[in-house]
Amino acid sequence: MHKLLASTYKEALLLSRDIGGLAILFVMPLVLVVTITLIQDSTFKTINDTKIPVLIVDNDKGTVANHILEGLKDSGSFDVIMSSSEEEVEAMVFKGEYQLAIIIPNQLSTDLQKKINQNVEGILSKFGLEDEVEPIFTTEIAHKEVRLYFDPATQMTFKNSVKNGIDKMISQIETQSIYKAFQEQLGEEDEAIFDTGSFISFREIVLKKDDKEMMPNSSQHNVPAWTLFAIFFIIVPLSINMVKEKTQGTFVRLRTNPVGYATVLGGKTLVYLCVCLVQFTLMLLIGVYLFPTIGLPELDVSGRLPLLYIVALFAGLAAIGLGLLLGTVAKTQEQSAPFGATFVVILAALGGVWVPVFVMPKFMQALSNISPMNWGLNGFYDVFLRNARFVDILPEITLLLLFFLITSIISIVYNERKNAV
Amino acid sequence: MIEIRQLSKKYKGAEDFSVVDLSLKIEDKEIFGLLGPNGAGKTTLISMLCSLLKPSSGSFAINGLTFQENKNELKQLIGIVPQEYALYPSLTAFENLSYFGSMYGLKGTVLKNSINEHLETLGLTRFANKKVNTFSGGMKRRVNLIASILHHPKVLFLDEPTVGVDVQSKNVIIDHLRLLNKNGTTIIYTSHHLNEAENFCSRVAIIDEGRIISEGVPKDLISKQENAHNLEDVFLAITGKALRDHA
Repeated sequence: MHKLLASTYKEALLLSRDIGGLAILFVMPLVLVVTITLIQDSTFKTINDTKIPVLIVDNDKGTVANHILEGLKDSGSFDVIMSSSEEEVEAMVFKGEYQLAIIIPNQLSTDLQKKINQNVEGILSKFGLEDEVEPIFTTEIAHKEVRLYFDPATQMTFKNSVKNGIDKMISQIETQSIYKAFQEQLGEEDEAIFDTGSFISFREIVLKKDDKEMMPNSSQHNVPAWTLFAIFFIIVPLSINMVKEKTQGTFVRLRTNPVGYATVLGGKTLVYLCVCLVQFTLMLLIGVYLFPTIGLPELDVSGRLPLLYIVALFAGLAAIGLGLLLGTVAKTQEQSAPFGATFVVILAALGGVWVPVFVMPKFMQALSNISPMNWGLNGFYDVFLRNARFVDILPEITLLLLFFLITSIISIVYNERKNAV
Repeated sequence: MIEIRQLSKKYKGAEDFSVVDLSLKIEDKEIFGLLGPNGAGKTTLISMLCSLLKPSSGSFAINGLTFQENKNELKQLIGIVPQEYALYPSLTAFENLSYFGSMYGLKGTVLKNSINEHLETLGLTRFANKKVNTFSGGMKRRVNLIASILHHPKVLFLDEPTVGVDVQSKNVIIDHLRLLNKNGTTIIYTSHHLNEAENFCSRVAIIDEGRIISEGVPKDLISKQENAHNLEDVFLAITGKALRDHA
């Protein structure tokens, strides 16, 4: 026990003497979480301060075009800029000057109306209601297309949401036109006989706590994810610390001392675990106190702190286990630092920090299940967003603990075998 | 007593053995010098005796104990002063010594007294609370030595303990080692300073290409070698004047 305490004290001293390293350990994760939350906050806001400029070439000038333009303006997400030349907007978008251009074709409104009239007349004639007038089936109305230009650098998710939005607007106007055509054909132009409003509506039912709806915000999504990312980044300084001991010669001295490798690792574990918890505390403080002052939603930690710290503790242990293993195996800083940093990014990607696990391919989803960052992230989401109790996070924290034990045991066995005499 | 029996070491991928069938007995309270040109196998031999390297074959026992059977007991019995400064540069001399002393199970007043006593003898008391990275080479060598003797080892291995230090530091180190030996510590040391070894060691072994090629009391070796006036003459006569560069 005395040797473990001495090792812990030594590690604490080493860390406290490295002011630059400490600053990186504590300041960079804070910068990261603030930056990412600021960027991603827009996706959670219904009314966005930042509008995406969209170029429109209106060759129609009719009701459909007006409906699309109104829809874009009303969405609050787009700044509509009118243009007259398709060639011009194409060039601007493909150069990346604009993300999106919409070309509304000539006579879209009139041709749509004609097409609907044809269809309605055809239907009514089948019912014998249109025998007085000869149906106009002879005119072939050309298919119309609304052309969309996207900046090649635009992400697929943005493209899809724009396409879906425009598709919805056109469907609405088609529906309304169909109702209107029926009304005209039935000779009831003055009085509305159809309710053209949506019959089916959607309502999101959210989790309730104490009869209060728990609406997740960007802080509650981003703080856990990026805190976990920062916690796992501890493997870089930890492995560098261990490799330094090898290159300084102090590890050689320790090998001749009557002290077990487990004790040496124990000292490191205790100190770096404290670092993880301090990091986590700073993240929470930022979320609770700084976020509201810079226009971000406040991080709600009420009633959740004990469980949050439990998840952070076990996530920290898992990260430290990985750092100990890397530090044990690596021979140089050139091996440990780039590998550590890259590996954390891979684990984060697999863990669902950037892209939700459910949208990943099956194979990647299976891989995600063995990523400690995924277990940690699920643990945090359980507490933050799913109102979980201790038993609910037990599977995740058990996996994180097992990961720490396994990586630590591998480190000890590897070291013993390598240095066996 | 240290008893080495047919000890050999061949590094992975190497063509030749670094230590070949080496047998040797070192009595208690001896100051034994392992001398030899670069790449002769001195450090490899010491590393095996300190449990830093696994021998390819052969065995050895220190005071009847082996690392295979009595690892922790044996580690408590020995001290090693490595060639490089095996210290934490950002910690003070006292913090370094306190940590390494703790690893030998020393604590409280015993540890503190042992550190202060050695710092005093080696002239470092006023630098105790200075960071090691501000020390000169000679000061680092002295701290490096203290870190290995805080627990009063019965056997002390030193790999080039005076390399790269000034004359004053060298004298202080050698005097302190003599004092330790007088108090009962067996000393095994390697050096390129043959004059130092001639005056310091009670017995020496000259090693070349992993084998002992001469062994005995320095004065006897000098008298036996034709036209030799000192240990360096003996050394050059036995090992030759060709350069021993290794890559």
